[in-house]
Amino acid sequence: MSENYPFTIEQFYKFVGEGKIMGAKCNKCGAIFAPPRTACSSCLSTDFSWIQLKNRGKLLTYTVIHIAPEKFQQMAPYAFGILELECGVRLPGIIQGVKHEDIKVGMELQVDFDANIPQTWPQWPRYFFRPP
Amino acid sequence: MKGKPLAAIVSAGSSKFGKRDGVSGRELFAEAALEAFSRCPNLEPKKDIEALIVGNMSESFEHQCHSAPIMADWAGLIPSASAVRVEAACASSGAAIRYGLFAILSGIYDVVMVGGFEKMTNRTTSENTEYLAMASDFPFEQWNGATFPALFALMATAHMNEYGTGEDQMALVAVKNHHNGALNPKAHMQREVTVEQVMSSRVIAKPLKLYDCSLISDGASCAILTKPEVARKYTDSPVYIIGSGHGTDYIGLYERESLTSLRAARIAAKEAYEMAGISPRDVDVAEVHDCFTIAEIIAYEDLGFCGPGEGGRFIESGAPTLDGYLPINTSGGLKSKGHPVGATGAAQLYEIFLQLTGQAERRQVDGCEIGLSHNLGGSGATCIVHIYQRG
Repeated sequence: MSENYPFTIEQFYKFVGEGKIMGAKCNKCGAIFAPPRTACSSCLSTDFSWIQLKNRGKLLTYTVIHIAPEKFQQMAPYAFGILELECGVRLPGIIQGVKHEDIKVGMELQVDFDANIPQTWPQWPRYFFRPP
Repeated sequence: MKGKPLAAIVSAGSSKFGKRDGVSGRELFAEAALEAFSRCPNLEPKKDIEALIVGNMSESFEHQCHSAPIMADWAGLIPSASAVRVEAACASSGAAIRYGLFAILSGIYDVVMVGGFEKMTNRTTSENTEYLAMASDFPFEQWNGATFPALFALMATAHMNEYGTGEDQMALVAVKNHHNGALNPKAHMQREVTVEQVMSSRVIAKPLKLYDCSLISDGASCAILTKPEVARKYTDSPVYIIGSGHGTDYIGLYERESLTSLRAARIAAKEAYEMAGISPRDVDVAEVHDCFTIAEIIAYEDLGFCGPGEGGRFIESGAPTLDGYLPINTSGGLKSKGHPVGATGAAQLYEIFLQLTGQAERRQVDGCEIGLSHNLGGSGATCIVHIYQRG
């Protein structure tokens, strides 16, 4: 049934709005993509299934942003990192719920979801990372 | 000659880089063009230049797309040169050089002008931060508040964690490049800095501090390329392009195979070295893309000047200083000369042209014969490497 949803960024964020990190699994070679691709980056197949990814992972690297774009200035300084989920998929995002000085490469974090949906384009809800 | 001359550089020019209040992008480009023309009295620009390929990253800065006809106009090349803009973020004019080279190699043109420009200082820091971030992945990086310093900070944290690279080693890159920039009359910031100043400057994106970051600058640079066979018609001291490489990787840093090395740079370097028939040991002088100090350390490794993870020790050894065995960023680099993003690739060529023709004055590297430029786009989804040889 998941095949009925298009393999688009828009759909990825619709799933985020439902509190799920979904990946597109290539039915031919098994590669998993988040964000989804229109065709598999490895084998060019367009035969995908959506699968829900476990939202736990390991922090690969991070920074604390002090000089921010205008829309994020009120949040600064904020921590930002790359999380590697258990399936190997990596996502960038803001890290919350942990003191900046306590953030360590390799720490376990989980993906959580912000209920706010912006009213202008793009109407994508945001996910973020926090300690489990 | 080590390699086969692919195209000749018969002249080059550059505007003064800096905060050029009241001077727009087209006027900066004219400044660069007029210098290139004056260095090459045998060139009749309106008659000889058949095409103009100009790099420019963003129409946001000056609210101006379709800038190639404007640059052709301000360089006095209407209607003789067919002009087009190329965009590859901060590698836009590296790309202009490469496609100018292809235009020569196609056999269609004998004389092509390449260059780039950017006007940035009219914008606020937060506008600049936002416009530059447009060269990263919108749906995941920009959407989650990433900035360019942040993306390179992610690489710095990973490099420190994996190899023990220190913030003090990154600071040495800034100290070196400011030293060189202080010797360059066209540099934006002609001022020495100390390790202590770098280390105590305010944090932009941890662990990168203000003095780890290149400058927001206005500037333009250009060069005149010709078919090698006609070069001597224009100059007695041409520089030849003998290698060109271009690597492309995923736009999102988070999807790349490594956070401590840029695959696009390794691909570009391999292609350029093979085309030129040289190895990293043959390079006498190089301009590398030090948009952040960590980027220069990673460039040492990706270009094969040292092994993976050894970049911190390479700068500590003094090898890339003006007195070292491989002077790097003699111009002052993006760090001190400035980084008007669309001009940077052409500005690197300009410095190498000066070095290989013995015109780099107080920055001159004695007896240099082979030069290299390394120009990154975005957080490294694009890298363009060129190799040059004195004629």
